Amino acid sequence: MSFISYLINGISLGSIYAIIALGYTMVYGIAKMLNFAHGDVIMIGAFVVLNMVTLAGVNPIIAVLISMAVCTLLGMAIEKIAYKPLRNASSPLAVLITAIGVSYFLQNLALIIFGADAKSFPNLITLPSISLADGKLVITGTTIATIITCVIILLGLTFFVNKTKQGRAMKAVSEDKGAAMLMGINVNATISLTFAIGSGLAAIAGFLLCSAYPSLTPYTGAMPGIKAFTAAVFGGIGSIPGAMIGGILLGVIEILGKAYISSQVADAIVFAVLIIVLLVKPTGLFGKNIQEKV
Amino acid sequence: MKKKISNNMITYGMILLFYVIMQVMISTGSISSLLQGLLVPLCMYAIAAVSLNLVVGFSGELSLGQAGFMCVGAYASAFFTKLTEETLPEGPRFLIAILIGAVVAAIFGFLIGIPVLRLRGDYLAIVTLAFGEIIKNLVSVFHVGVDKSGIHFSVKDAASLNLDEEGRVLIDGPLGITGTPKNANFTIGIILLFLTVFIVLNLVNSRSGRAITAIRDNRIAAESIGLNVTKYKLMAFVISTALAGVAGVLYSHNLSTLNVKFFNYNTSILILVFVVLGGIGNVKGSIIAAILLTALPELLRELQDYRMLIYAILLIGMMLFNWAPSAIAFRERVKDKFKSNKKEAA
Amino acid sequence: MKNLKKVLALLFVAVLLVSTVAGCGKKEDSDNGGSGSSSDESVFKIGGIGPLTGEAAVYGVAVKNGAELAVKEINEAGGIDGVPIEFKMEDDVHDAEKSVNAYNTLKDWGMQMVMGTVTSDPCIAVQSEAANDNIFLLTPSGTAVDAIKGPNAFRVCFSDPDQGTKSAEFIADHDLGKKIAVIYDSSITYSKGIYDNFVKEAKNQGLEIVSAEAYTTDSNKDFKVQLQKAKDSNADLLFLPIYYQEASLILKQADAMGYAPKVFGCDGLDGILNFDAEGTEGVMLLTPFVANADDELTKHFVESYKSSYKETPIQFAADAYDAIYAIKAAAEDAKITPDMSASDISDKMQASMLNIEVEGLTGTIQWKEDGEPNKEPKAVIIEDGEYQSLD
Repeated sequence: MSFISYLINGISLGSIYAIIALGYTMVYGIAKMLNFAHGDVIMIGAFVVLNMVTLAGVNPIIAVLISMAVCTLLGMAIEKIAYKPLRNASSPLAVLITAIGVSYFLQNLALIIFGADAKSFPNLITLPSISLADGKLVITGTTIATIITCVIILLGLTFFVNKTKQGRAMKAVSEDKGAAMLMGINVNATISLTFAIGSGLAAIAGFLLCSAYPSLTPYTGAMPGIKAFTAAVFGGIGSIPGAMIGGILLGVIEILGKAYISSQVADAIVFAVLIIVLLVKPTGLFGKNIQEKV
Repeated sequence: MKKKISNNMITYGMILLFYVIMQVMISTGSISSLLQGLLVPLCMYAIAAVSLNLVVGFSGELSLGQAGFMCVGAYASAFFTKLTEETLPEGPRFLIAILIGAVVAAIFGFLIGIPVLRLRGDYLAIVTLAFGEIIKNLVSVFHVGVDKSGIHFSVKDAASLNLDEEGRVLIDGPLGITGTPKNANFTIGIILLFLTVFIVLNLVNSRSGRAITAIRDNRIAAESIGLNVTKYKLMAFVISTALAGVAGVLYSHNLSTLNVKFFNYNTSILILVFVVLGGIGNVKGSIIAAILLTALPELLRELQDYRMLIYAILLIGMMLFNWAPSAIAFRERVKDKFKSNKKEAA
Repeated sequence: MKNLKKVLALLFVAVLLVSTVAGCGKKEDSDNGGSGSSSDESVFKIGGIGPLTGEAAVYGVAVKNGAELAVKEINEAGGIDGVPIEFKMEDDVHDAEKSVNAYNTLKDWGMQMVMGTVTSDPCIAVQSEAANDNIFLLTPSGTAVDAIKGPNAFRVCFSDPDQGTKSAEFIADHDLGKKIAVIYDSSITYSKGIYDNFVKEAKNQGLEIVSAEAYTTDSNKDFKVQLQKAKDSNADLLFLPIYYQEASLILKQADAMGYAPKVFGCDGLDGILNFDAEGTEGVMLLTPFVANADDELTKHFVESYKSSYKETPIQFAADAYDAIYAIKAAAEDAKITPDMSASDISDKMQASMLNIEVEGLTGTIQWKEDGEPNKEPKAVIIEDGEYQSLD
């Protein structure tokens, strides 16, 4: 019985990683860059929700929508100011380092605006929890909400990418920027749109992260960001279902490792599994294996 | 060819000049305590940056685990120093400690490099990051003590080492190693930096070095002319980790406390920042960027709360200025204008 | 590429120039200082070191606020024997190397005494530097044993071994439980230090540790596994030698899984009521400072802290406040003057620290030769969202 309960824990933790990983993977797929600042956009999103609800007394759903709008604008601004000028730089690493700079910037900005002390995040998800097997298995409302949201986003994104014009443009740009441009696709607008969607998702992720683990500091986004990035690679970075599966697997491995091996070295176990998976399948679970041609 | 040699000479000269200026300032007493305290860390970061540049710049692989190898070097050498603190004289002991740090880090680099270097690009990056985190996590559960009956080891706590009365705990879990003597000084730091640069530049300009860069530029072509790709990649990686180990030795012998917290992915990333800002494959640039970015937050202390915010903005600004194609074009224009003005004046 | 080098080289030269000039400038006012430094103005220069940015910033900021409040009060009341205090706090990002940089920066400023550092690992590094320079050091909250190794170093808070031992004693004396489950952070010295010593003392007191589960700072969000194990072990009491942010998450997650253990914690739990009182009913903690105690001193401190900084002080602020008053008391006992060198001040302060008794927020404190404070912890229980005394 405890195994099932651990498994549920793992899935609920993993679904949060998954939602963050979706943002990573979308941006990577198109801009071919690891957006290190993604975790910090999540943190900003959570702060916006918190302040909207506690200071302005806004309805939670509206607060999340406002937060999505703020993060979307923030994501587009970051892309425009910090990443776009480096798109044609001689090394792809340049934009990676700038992303790290943006990450420092957002953390320290939040530190100045919101202060260093941890803020308690109010419980805004009012779904009742489900109790199974005489209360031995409890699935909280937050977990249910997270998993449902995650599935909706996954389906929505899959539909968007495959069926809409902008989505297909996105796919085209990620496959071949030059060819896409020749086909009359506005590459700049498409990349900007990707950042907008990725950052909007970050706001939702921030809300769900802090609802599940209600403590918020300017550094809240950093570690989940790194773990979600790991999850995205695990699933094959650039692949939308890969990010989802990778996130959930990562959460399950972390919880089971803690439960059955050692809680002291749980982090090491997660990373060890990641390494083994990548050694067996060097492009992740769902990654495309691109054959190099001469 | 000649240009390359003179460029290398500039790098050596720059280190020497830095050393002489600092020494003059120290001997005339016109150096601030802050700068004097920063000298060893500056050497440490410069060594780490040059070592990573070998992998990122010349071998063309993205590694995010350099701090993990520094951690191994730091722990191995500090452990040795603490173990032999009473039995060996300071000079030879520190020399051996440096070697131990380098060798142990190299062994780890070798063992990790064999499986990992098969991966490419961002996948390699994430696996090296993962190894760095694993090293950090595992080292922080070790408890090692020594008494008359030998070395005791536990992953639980210091009490379960069962030391006798005179026993000493050398590595105490998350507390790490405390009280390592401060053997590192600026002169040793500069010598080690000099050696690091010497090793890297000589390797790069050797036959093996040309093979390494050939593999970076076109792996398939390099393979087709019979170069052993794995061997050369591993060679660059192992040398890089050994040098990172040396940087770790400097770290652990400069502070009286050593624990794994410092060696997390943030430090690995910081070193990568030095490399990229200084110019990928540019040894001199790595050193300058390491010094600049280490000193910068200290010089910004006057700004109080806004210190790290300004640091972040400056970092983004410098990256854009150095790397953005439009900024490069702008700089070229300014340079041309400057030159033509000069000509006219002449 | 070539241009880039030039730009960098230029910047580098600029940095060197700035630091050289800074070095020269500082030299002048430390000319008569010798190894340490002193200033010709008649103020005592106390330097504070702690994390003002980074993940531990909450503790550093609290110390800064508490210390500044005490300095302001002392200066308004005429200073130390008529000499005002100048206090300056430098950021160390909770990193040993940066902490030494902060220490050196303060030395250049002309610091005569150190009030810091706030966190343990940096404190070990800084105290070793301060011992070399013979500068007096009083850490408000560095709990590791080695944080006050030198003869010049003292502390206000309890050490890790002290807290672990006292917790085990208290639990046994008050018969709070026989079977104990522990959840601790194995990656920070504070938590691990208390845990190790708690285990040692528990054996002597006849307590049985039935479950001991760790977590690390890298995975400090989800505690359901640790809680499940504590629950399955049928423990009477859950011991949490950790900080309140994680403790609050633990209590909420326990609540969600329908587990309601008796909870006992150390001073790290103080602050949990201001953070989130939900699920804290019945939690006991051993802490030297409680923000809603009704003695005059605490009331006055909490009020002026709230009016200055718009939040309720945590224990770190109280430690810093006491530290500054302890420095004042010792300085008056030692009859030091601002024109003395830092090293002379340190020698006199070391001797005087043993003479003084400070009626502080964190208890009535006397100091022992090894630099440890001698004071009694207060045990409190949370009832109706308020601390109530347990004694």
